[in-house]
Amino acid sequence: MAEASQKIPVTVLTGYLGAGKTTLLNRILSENHGKKYAVIVNEFGEIGIDNDLIIGADEEVFEMNNGCVCCTVRGDLVRIMDGLMKRKGKFDAIIVETTGLADPAPVAQTFFVDEDVQKNARLDAVVTVADAKWLSDRLKDAPEAKNQIAFADVIVLNKTDLVSKPELAEVEARIRGINPYAKLHRTERCQVGITDVLERGAFDLDRILEIEPDFLEAGDGHDHDHDHHHDHHHHDHGHGHGLKHYHDEDMQSLSLRSEKPLDPTKFMPWLQNLVATEGQKILRSKGILAFTGDDDRYVFQGVHMMLEGDHQRKWKDGEKRESRVVFIGRELPEQAIRDGFEQCITT
Amino acid sequence: MKEFDPGEAPASIVSITDRVKPLPLGAAVGSVHFLGDRAFFVGTEESVAIATLDGEITRTETHFGAILCAASDGKRLVTGGDDGKLIAIDAKGETSVIATDAKRRWIDNVALHGDGTVAWSAGKTAFVRNPKGEEKTFEVPSTVGGLAFAPKGLRLAIAHYNGVTLWFPNMAANPEFLEWAGSHLAVMFSPDNKFLVTAMHEAAMHGWRLADNRHMRMSGYPGRVRSMSWSVGGKGLATSGADTVIVWPFTSKDGPMGKEPAMLAPMPARVAVVACHPKNDIMAVGYADGTVLMVRLEDGAEILVRRNTGAAVSALGWNAKGTLLAFGTEDGDAGILEM
Repeated sequence: MAEASQKIPVTVLTGYLGAGKTTLLNRILSENHGKKYAVIVNEFGEIGIDNDLIIGADEEVFEMNNGCVCCTVRGDLVRIMDGLMKRKGKFDAIIVETTGLADPAPVAQTFFVDEDVQKNARLDAVVTVADAKWLSDRLKDAPEAKNQIAFADVIVLNKTDLVSKPELAEVEARIRGINPYAKLHRTERCQVGITDVLERGAFDLDRILEIEPDFLEAGDGHDHDHDHHHDHHHHDHGHGHGLKHYHDEDMQSLSLRSEKPLDPTKFMPWLQNLVATEGQKILRSKGILAFTGDDDRYVFQGVHMMLEGDHQRKWKDGEKRESRVVFIGRELPEQAIRDGFEQCITT
Repeated sequence: MKEFDPGEAPASIVSITDRVKPLPLGAAVGSVHFLGDRAFFVGTEESVAIATLDGEITRTETHFGAILCAASDGKRLVTGGDDGKLIAIDAKGETSVIATDAKRRWIDNVALHGDGTVAWSAGKTAFVRNPKGEEKTFEVPSTVGGLAFAPKGLRLAIAHYNGVTLWFPNMAANPEFLEWAGSHLAVMFSPDNKFLVTAMHEAAMHGWRLADNRHMRMSGYPGRVRSMSWSVGGKGLATSGADTVIVWPFTSKDGPMGKEPAMLAPMPARVAVVACHPKNDIMAVGYADGTVLMVRLEDGAEILVRRNTGAAVSALGWNAKGTLLAFGTEDGDAGILEM
């Protein structure tokens, strides 16, 4: 992954029907950023996108012949990437817009399994646009919407002007109940800074620096808008003050932590076995690991059963050598995962 | 076949690199085809470079964008682009538009029949147009990965996900479907019309014996097979995808079933393109490190045509008589060799 910077970044833009994907896309394209984007849209999607390089896709998902049912890839993307690479140099980045009902996993997995795609492009981030007014309902009745929230690196919570403050707090709490790690931006008409959604490096192993829940980072000196402060205020009061903490029935995140080093001869087989057996349930995984007798930080990330990991850098002097692992998934066997992780801690 | 044994490298190799006419094209080459004695280098974008044996190069603009596919019957060259156009180029270099996709979809694949019929695809739709200009279309369940005409009759093989559809455009009969799970990206009939083979998205080939649709699995490749070529008479199928040329034997009625493929011309780089000679049992082989070899199928004897410089070889082609060999690379270098 040394040449990651030379690979063309790919942003996956997802979100349930009507959330505002096309608005965000047009916003990105019309902004005066001096960059050229190749945009891959689904053929039957909304029209009215003004861009030179726009490609209609068919969202053809197929299973890899490797006996793994969740190893699905987007065959049309493989073909489109092949064609686009003939025009290398004519664009700086690629944006893949999915249909409102799409599962982001096959798109993401295409960038992990296909040798040729991987040679030329890298997945930058999964950006999910959510409708502040209707998301709470969709999370109840549309598993696709839940998948898209769970999978996201960046969530653009749109149409915040159409809801009251308690309603906004409610929908955010529901989002955080599923995915506390994604960067969340509140917007009206998808007014979000382009740097907040593009070039995130969310799949770049070198940039898995922080896997703290996003809301804990609030109030760290950044320039927050009024709403954000208001929201932050709520979080400050935290438990017992009436703020609902949702625990989604079937989609959760699970965070593991150890201040004692892990035994790599135990942890790696455990992790591999875990994703091999429970990979269908695990949408995303990430980790920063401190191994016994290893002065380097080890980082990994995964999508369903696919994992990639590497030594990242030396632990700095004074840096707390703590291992952190995060899973987001459906019906995660929490206790079994916690017990398994405990077994990997060097005693 | 589980793994490839590259064997021992030859101590020395005959070189004819000094007999190659260099052609600095300056634009990435997608494929090369001979029309008469001139080599037509199809660029990956916008134009076709036409070169003579003397090294004279002229350029013909064909597409506003990427050139996604090309096929030639020796009389004309047909290319499809991401501008939705299907363009024919004759031996003089004159171009004409055969078709423009109504929705400006990418023209992903093209195939030519000996009688002048042309087939192409955009998305899930395959089109066939005969020399009289009559057009027919056929829709398959998923995006077309490859097209090929059978050597006999007007029969078109359409590769897609989970198999190949065999369509007779002039007959009312239902198309035949050959099923095999996975994504099929390229398709070819054997010259004797007895076998059909596909290169898959995964690092494997699949085949069917057409008499009884018996399956033939050809796997073990470290990388995707992007180039395949029948040796003279269809005795063997040479393929890219490994660091040796994998040649599957097709001399018996069972094809390669139960047999080991020949593994020829091992190199420290992946084979990128193969092109068998039209008359003799030799083939040209292009590698990912820029090397071009000529290899005798019988014993694997090698002759060096181009050294390992620059980017991967992306195109190889013989003229019909087999007296001229042309190659092109991903970084825009090319050459012609007179045998």
